[in-house]
Amino acid sequence: MRYMLMHKLDDSNAAQWQATPEVIAAVGEYMEEVSKAGVLLAAEGLLPSSGGAAVITKKDGQTIVVDGPFAEAKEVIGGFAILQVRDQAEAVEWATRFAALFDHDIEVEVRRVAEFE
Amino acid sequence: MSTGTDAESAIEAVWRIEAARVIAGVARLVGDVGLAEELAQDALVAALEQWPSEGVPRNPGAWLATTARRRAIDTIRRQQVLQRHLPALAVDECTDASQFDAVLEQDPIEDDLLRLIFTACHPVLKPEARVALTLRMLGGLSTDEIARAFLVPGATVGQRISRAKKSLADAKVPFELPTGPARAERLSSVLEVIYLIFNEGYSATAGDDWMRPALCEEAMRLGRILAGLIPAEAEVHGLIALLEIQASRSAARTGPDGEPVMLLEQDRRRWDRLLVGRGLAALARAEELGGGTYTLQAAIAACHARARTAEETDWARIAELYARLAALAPSPVVELNRAVAVSMADGPEAGLAVLEPLLQEPSLRGYHLLPSVRGDFLFRLGRRAQARAEFERAAAMTRNERERTLLLTRAEACA
Repeated sequence: MRYMLMHKLDDSNAAQWQATPEVIAAVGEYMEEVSKAGVLLAAEGLLPSSGGAAVITKKDGQTIVVDGPFAEAKEVIGGFAILQVRDQAEAVEWATRFAALFDHDIEVEVRRVAEFE
Repeated sequence: MSTGTDAESAIEAVWRIEAARVIAGVARLVGDVGLAEELAQDALVAALEQWPSEGVPRNPGAWLATTARRRAIDTIRRQQVLQRHLPALAVDECTDASQFDAVLEQDPIEDDLLRLIFTACHPVLKPEARVALTLRMLGGLSTDEIARAFLVPGATVGQRISRAKKSLADAKVPFELPTGPARAERLSSVLEVIYLIFNEGYSATAGDDWMRPALCEEAMRLGRILAGLIPAEAEVHGLIALLEIQASRSAARTGPDGEPVMLLEQDRRRWDRLLVGRGLAALARAEELGGGTYTLQAAIAACHARARTAEETDWARIAELYARLAALAPSPVVELNRAVAVSMADGPEAGLAVLEPLLQEPSLRGYHLLPSVRGDFLFRLGRRAQARAEFERAAAMTRNERERTLLLTRAEACA
């Protein structure tokens, strides 16, 4: 089964988007570990909304496009990984290890990917 | 920690991730993978006892490795004490932990992991023993999980594993990396084990325990671990490509009632694009490095994966790839497949010509696909009566009820 791990960062907190060399190295090591464990299917890091973003809302039949950067401070997805694991506990373990790499507060969401049966 | 079961599943998750490395590290110390696996299991039991109350350590993998290693040292010391009572034997005096750490630092854990894979897939073991040992030691699967996956009683798998461990010990299989000409042979055994595991999962049908189809994912995971360890081996990437491209069709290969859907009739929108993309990337790596039979099979699978519709399939390229496969590993079944590809590329007459020598092939006698394919070529040539006879012959040969019905329907359509 597949799980998507998404970590959330504060869109307006520039420091969170500029990882220290130590964190960059730790994340690199982690990615290699996940890859060598044979579970990594895909992963990408995202830019804050100032780097290119838009929100498309359809409401009451009206479609509105609001380009970034987002004015109000909010938590946005900082990156994701899709892992092939045996169960949720394994995805949670990998997510826990990922969260431990950072020196600031961080939230990692773990979600099961829908697959055709 | 929250509830007991949560803690347990968290520990088991750590085990799944770390088991192979823990076993491999200990195996280097004790030189016996069977003993190493038991010592590593002891460490798991210790974790299950301690972590729920004391909390999961910061580096759970290192904790497991250290605990298992300590037990290994205790075991070795006990053996040495026993040996000391035998005056004839000279005994290595000091055995302290730091000495073992020095041993472990000589070369990286990756080499131990590779040694473990080669040992679990050793040719002295029967294929089913290799499969069970590999899933147990490299995949961290329990005996019970392996039994469910292979539809056999747990006791059978337990015996299979303990016998395999004994065979390795009896044959004094060293915990080392094969070199020279032996390496290629041993690597092909490893790849074969991974492919066997995959095919077992791929042959699972609807209603089977979920552990069966999960074997496909286990095999892909093992393949990727192997690729991480020996990235310069073309065939490892070739095998991964083959598995990923085949697995990409999982959702499309059965219909709503569980009936098989043939490749050309599959709804390609249901093919898993993530796996297709990964498979094509792995194939490109394999071809860059040289390739072999797995790479060629993956290249054939890739021709289908690249075609947006069945009509767009590059049959000429598939026929050429089958010819190369037949040259590398001659087999009447490969020739039969080549005949099909040739008929799609150049017409049924050309296909019949490829088929001709196979009609005398003893190993294909009784193989229903030969008359079935020949019937199809003849039908397309308008030679209805001959086609009908071939379909009827094929129907009489197959043991699969659904297939027989299909062949008889085709025979009737020739009238």
